[in-house]
Amino acid sequence: MRIIYFASLRQQIGVSDETVDPPTEIDRVDLLVDWLKSRSPAHRRGLEGCARLMVAINQDYADLRSAIRAGDEVAFFPPVTGG
Amino acid sequence: MTPPILRLWVGGADFDPGAEIAALSKHHGQIGAVASFIGLVRGEDDTVSAMTLEHYPGMTEKQIRGIVDEAASRWRLDGITILHRIGRLLPGDRIVFVGVASQHRGDAFAACEFLMDWLKTRAPFWKREEGAGGERWVAAREIDDERARAWQKPDDNR
Repeated sequence: MRIIYFASLRQQIGVSDETVDPPTEIDRVDLLVDWLKSRSPAHRRGLEGCARLMVAINQDYADLRSAIRAGDEVAFFPPVTGG
Repeated sequence: MTPPILRLWVGGADFDPGAEIAALSKHHGQIGAVASFIGLVRGEDDTVSAMTLEHYPGMTEKQIRGIVDEAASRWRLDGITILHRIGRLLPGDRIVFVGVASQHRGDAFAACEFLMDWLKTRAPFWKREEGAGGERWVAAREIDDERARAWQKPDDNR
């Protein structure tokens, strides 16, 4: 699945996007977040340090309990500040 | 009811609000009202020298189309224009334009404010400011969430 990071989260992690292949038991966003934290200290700092972490799956808003599948596009970002 | 005509654009170039309002006014036979809003880069006491906007291509357009559908279901609208700039902007630069054409001003005013409140809280853009103290990411504001929540109807999960 494709993981995309935006804004301050991307800056903290130092990665804009990555393709990952987590084990099949990683089938929910909160499990995915924990798994991504283990990829590097920067991943851990970024994901733990993001107050009100937001998530989108295939470009629709989701939450920590949402299901994820292989082939999904999952984006993580801080609260939006457009407009 | 015919859905409103939508003009949606996200990009770096500046836009011409007068031309956009003229276009909204012209398209439709029965309209009696055009309401609009322009958001600008504020120069915060001369401490902000520039602002850079990024967005999530694909999700931006998808989500905006979704909220436009909701606006069209709540008010009678003939035309909607939403323009949002990205990239590096300076104080005084235009960032966003929302325009609505309708038969009556109540619908036009309400839809314009509704769409703008939504853009501030759910459109996937992020702002980074440059100033004397360096760069910092703009923080989301509670007041924007409150304004957006005020539009929610019971059982509404958007």
